[in-house]
Parts: sequence; C-alpha cells; structure tokens
Amino acid sequence: MWANFWFVVFPYVCFAIFVVGHIWRYRHDQFGWTTRTSQVLESRWLRLGSPLFHFGALFVIVGHIGGLLIPPSWTRAIGIDDHTYHLVAVWGGAVAGLVLCAGLIILLIRRFAYSQRIRVVTNGWDYLMYALLTAEIFVGMWQTIAINIFGEGYEYRGTISVWFRQLFILQPDPAMILDAPIWYAWHAVLACLIMAIWPFTRLVHVWSIPVAYLARPYVVYRRKHAPDIAPVTTRMRR
Amino acid sequence: MRVMSQVAMVMNLDKCIGCHTCSVTCKQTWTNRDGVEYVWFNNVETKPGIGYPRGYEDQERWKGGWTLDRKGRLQLKSGGRLKRLASIFANPYLPTLDDYYEPATYDFDQLVNAPAQDDVPTARPRSVITGKNMNIEWGANWDDDLGGSPEIAHLDPNLKNMTEQVQMSFEQTFMFHLPRICEHCLNPACVSACPSSAMYKRVEDGIVLVDQDACRGWRMCVSACPYKKVYINHQTGKAEKCTFCFPRIEEGLPTVCAETCVGRLRYIGIVFYDADKVAEAASVTDESELLDSQRNIILDPFDPEVLAAARAEGIPEDWITAAQESPIYKLIHTYKIALPLHPEYRTLPMVWYVPPLSPVLDVTTELGYDNTDADDVFHTISSLRIPMEYLASIFTAGDVDTISGVLMKLAGMRTYMRNRTINGDVAHEVLERIGMSAQDVEDMYRLLAIAKMADRYVIPKAHTERAAELASWQSGCSLDGPGGPGMSAVATKGGKVSLTLARRRPR
Repeated sequence: MWANFWFVVFPYVCFAIFVVGHIWRYRHDQFGWTTRTSQVLESRWLRLGSPLFHFGALFVIVGHIGGLLIPPSWTRAIGIDDHTYHLVAVWGGAVAGLVLCAGLIILLIRRFAYSQRIRVVTNGWDYLMYALLTAEIFVGMWQTIAINIFGEGYEYRGTISVWFRQLFILQPDPAMILDAPIWYAWHAVLACLIMAIWPFTRLVHVWSIPVAYLARPYVVYRRKHAPDIAPVTTRMRR
Repeated sequence: MRVMSQVAMVMNLDKCIGCHTCSVTCKQTWTNRDGVEYVWFNNVETKPGIGYPRGYEDQERWKGGWTLDRKGRLQLKSGGRLKRLASIFANPYLPTLDDYYEPATYDFDQLVNAPAQDDVPTARPRSVITGKNMNIEWGANWDDDLGGSPEIAHLDPNLKNMTEQVQMSFEQTFMFHLPRICEHCLNPACVSACPSSAMYKRVEDGIVLVDQDACRGWRMCVSACPYKKVYINHQTGKAEKCTFCFPRIEEGLPTVCAETCVGRLRYIGIVFYDADKVAEAASVTDESELLDSQRNIILDPFDPEVLAAARAEGIPEDWITAAQESPIYKLIHTYKIALPLHPEYRTLPMVWYVPPLSPVLDVTTELGYDNTDADDVFHTISSLRIPMEYLASIFTAGDVDTISGVLMKLAGMRTYMRNRTINGDVAHEVLERIGMSAQDVEDMYRLLAIAKMADRYVIPKAHTERAAELASWQSGCSLDGPGGPGMSAVATKGGKVSLTLARRRPR
C-alpha cells in the first residue's frame, strides 16, 4: 500500500504541483522569477563553485536522460553492449557527479558558513531547496560509488528505468522499484520532492536559459508601455 | 534615414562645486530601498580620482563597452555572444560590493537606550547588509576633494596614458568634480548584453530602462556598461538603473538631479539622431574620429530633409520645436563645447560635458599669470600638457587639440564678456582667435552663465492622449507591495537594519 503511495500517487501529485505551480508563478510572479544572483555580495568562491555545480549538473542531467529514457534494446541495437554501456555510464556519471559535488560543497560553504552577507539574502525556500538538493545529490553519489563502483553493481535499466517510463503511460508498477536497493527508492522520492518545490524556488531560472539571445539584434527598442498590453494595477498590486 | 528622438543632458563642469545635492536627492527618490543601499544612480566623483565603483574606467579589467573585432565589426569587449553565455554561471567581470563599498548606518539606538554609566555611549557603525558591527573603510566618494589622493589618485585609470611628470605634480595643480548618471547611450552595451532582452531603449525618447518583470538576474548588463551605471539589487536579484526620471520627463519636468542642482549646471533637451547610422558611427576605426562621428550622428533639426523624415516617423510637431530649441543641440553642435564622456567606449553616450576651465585657470594663476587675460590663459592651454592631457583622456579619447579648442572658447567668452561689461568694448581679436561671432558668444554666455531655467530645460511632454484611460486603472498604490507603505516588512537574519520603504522581494 505504501509502495502504491510513494511510487504511484506521490510522483503524480508532485508532478501536478510542478505543472500548476509553474503556471501560477509565471502568471503571478514575473518579478520573483530570477536567479537571485548573489555574486555582487561574494564573487571569489562563486566563480569557482558555480561553474562546477552548473556544468556538473548539466552532464548529470544528460546522463539521467540517457539512463532513464533510453531502453537497453536501443543501445544494443546501435551496437553498444551492456558492459560497455555500464562502464561509460558509471564512470561518466561518477566524474560528472564528483564535479557536481565539488561545486555544491563550495556553494554550501560559501552560503552558510563563509559569507555573512549571503546568509542574509537566503530565504526559507533556499534552505529547503539546498537541503533537498544536497540529500538527493549525495544519495545519487552513494548509488554510483558504493553500489556500482565498489559494490556488486545494480542494473537499474531493467527496473527503475522501466518504472520511470511507465509513469508516462500512466501504468506505473511499484514492484519494479521495490526490487532495487533502498537507495534508489530514496533517490526517486527526493527527486519528486524537488520537483514539487521547484516552481516556488529560484530553480525556475532553469527555464529561462537565454538561448534566444544568440539570434537577437544587439539593441532592443520598445515603445512606451501601451495600455492595451497589460493593465497596470495587476502588475503593481502583487 | 530613420529619425529618432533622444532625451539628452549636458553638464557644465566649471559650475560643479561637488556638493552632492544631486546624488542625495536622487538617492532619496530612487534608491532608498533595501537591496540598493550601495547604489547611486547619480554620483559625483573628484577627478583625478578612481571613481565609483573603484577604477571603473579601467576597461582592461572590467571589459565594459565595445571593441572592434578582427573584421572591424562591433563586439562587446567582454566577448562574443557564445563566450558570454558560456560564462553565465559566474560572471568574470562583475564588481562586488567591496568594489563599490559596504553601506553602513550607526547604532543610534545605543545613544538613547544605553543605561546610566561613566562612559559616554557611542553609536558604532553597522553594516546595512549584515547588521553586524563594521569598520567603514570605503565609500562612494571616499577620495572627495582629493582626500587621501596621495595614496589613491595614482590608481586613476585616466593617468595611464600620461607621462610620469604629470602623475607627480597634478595634486598641487588641479582637480574638478564629475557628476555621473546613466548615459542613456545610443549604442547601449548593457542592452546589447542582456540575455533576457529585459533591457531596452524607448523608441519615443531613448531612455534606457530595465523591465523588472523580465530581468532574470544574469548580471551581464553590469559588466557590459563601461560607466558601471547598472546595478544589482541584491535583495531582488534584479538589475536596476537610472531612469532619467522618466515619470518627470514625460510631464515635461527636469530630472531630480537637474532640478535640485544648486550650481544650475545641468541642461536637458532632446536631439534627433539617425538610428540607421548608429552602428556605423560606433565602429569608426580611428579612435580620434569617434568624437566627430558621435557629433555627426545628431541631426540638424532645421534641415528640411531631417524634418520630413522626422514627420514621416510620426514625431509630433511640439517635439520638433523642442528639438530646434534644444540647449543640448546648441552646446554640442552650434558652439561645439560639449563633449561626451569617454567616446572611446563606443556606446555613443548621451550625457555630455562642458569640460572645466578651472584646472587651467588654477595653473595660470600658479604660474604667476593673470587668469582673466585671454592671452595668458590661451598660453597656458597651448603650452602646458597638464592638465590638458588628462581632460583629453576623459572627454576626447586623448585628442588634446579638441579639448584645447573648447577651453579656448570658454576662456575667450570670459575675456570677451569682461571687456564688454567693464570696458564696454568688443574684443575682436579674441573673437577671431576662437572663431565665433559676437552674437554666438553672447548667446553662449547667456546659456552658460545666466542659465535661466527655461533655457536649460526644453523638455516636451510625452504624448499622453490616453492618460485618463491609464489613470482610471491606477486604483492601487505602488507601495501596496509586501509589508505595505512605510514599513520594512521582513526582518532578515543578522539584525538587518530597517530602512524606511517597503521591501519588494521575490518569494
């Protein structure tokens, strides 16, 4: 019964919050939709930690997409045998994960220990977000290092990935994930939680990656605020 | 030709006494909120000096403004688009709070609430950022009036191009004040660097603004601006900048800094420029030609061709009249005495300066000459490299002849008017040397010295035929944000010191 809650109901609830939350925030809080950059308060450690964290995260995300969405039959079909796949996934994942961890640790120390200034601009959502992100990243690293490198290894593509894809066709089978070591279950639950708080935190800046900038003319001209575009009051009364 | 109008300002530096009234009134109006305590949309610097933020003119360090790439095309000095997007996670050229200064208040509470004791209670300085006790070690005008300059002023980036001799002797010879606001450039680097397209230049009046709802806090604008006049609000994580007081300008009123200037040294008016020529004017290869290319992009408001093009663009008649009466056009074009600040940044700035004659007059006196005599002053101007070289490195990309020409006009005007008033004669030889007619000199004198308000500010109202409609929607107060009016809503950790206005911060 609990399995049904955590691995069937809970992911959908979190996803619903994720979607509705984003719509709500985008419509009602454009002013809050920002990276909330703190570089102006502290730059030295950010310049080290932030690129490590972000580039690490990008590679980790790419790895997750590969591992969760692409079934083994596809990789076999293009001539990658399971052993090669496993090696690339584990070692690639470990390197990306270590970079991510290094960045995270630097950013955590910077925010919560090193700089008095940054602690002042840290709000409640930041605390929650950092706690969940840290937990999630360390559980993920534990899977990679303790289970897959030093342990006997676990072929998650036959269970976790199947469950993950089943979520999209609305027929998730919680038994799949229960077969896996408990760390994988934790990893999934924490991921759902992060998804649920996502729209309320600074994580929304992820959706604002400014790729359109590459194709834009340099100088932007705008006509003065035209009344028929957006009523003044709703924007002001937030 | 695509005619656009631009609200522009000229400051007559000879009249600036460095009283900081403009800075204070601006701060009271715009930046007395949480998150922008360290921000001065208007600040006044002493030159020679390193300015605010420290050494902002050193573009080898901060990479502000534009440069030409190998093919001679304009490129932001901080790099191409891809390169800058790749550094989006940590901006390598961003000044931090320590480059500005850590704002402080004093623990006045202690003076009132301290128990009876033998020692007089003191109000210790406290950081407005963290609320902790701090030592005040820097400020927005720390080297005011050359204070501390023996240690500090040699760091002034403008001294780099000058000789050793200058660096040793300037502190005995001259100084002047330089008030700065956002330049509302025709080729704004901040707008061009904004990845979110949140910054824009208004079509109607050229004012450069940040859309607070669209800004995502990528902080590229701060480093792109060579004048460092875009700032990060560290509470909201968004960029803020001088707005040219657009709510006042739209009503035909001068900006707060101009209105409250006790020296009456600021001029505001509109000019027409050719928007199609901006890139061309900014990408002139030879730096010494940049000044002329920037002058020439401003169109003659009496030229029938320009007028026809302006009308075709839908520029209203009262704006055309205002452009014809514009004190800015006169100072830049008719008298040619206003110069842009650092034309070599290639942003085509629209706040121009009449360079100060006072450093030259000081030197003239020091050499034992008569500083009311045109010949003596002309001699100083033409024979002394100091302080001409220094002024040239600020206003003409190093061209000493241009700055000398402007200063001669100012000195000539002084002598001419002195002769007129005291002796009642006309100094023809002076007019000849500065190449101006008696009428022009007297008009220039009227504009610079008498400086009537109606002459200084020729600001056409924005066309607000739909203002009533807008006003009918305006049922709320802009301070109805979190915390309500007059309250500092959420006390942050670390005993944040309360400031007076409501905080607007993201959730």
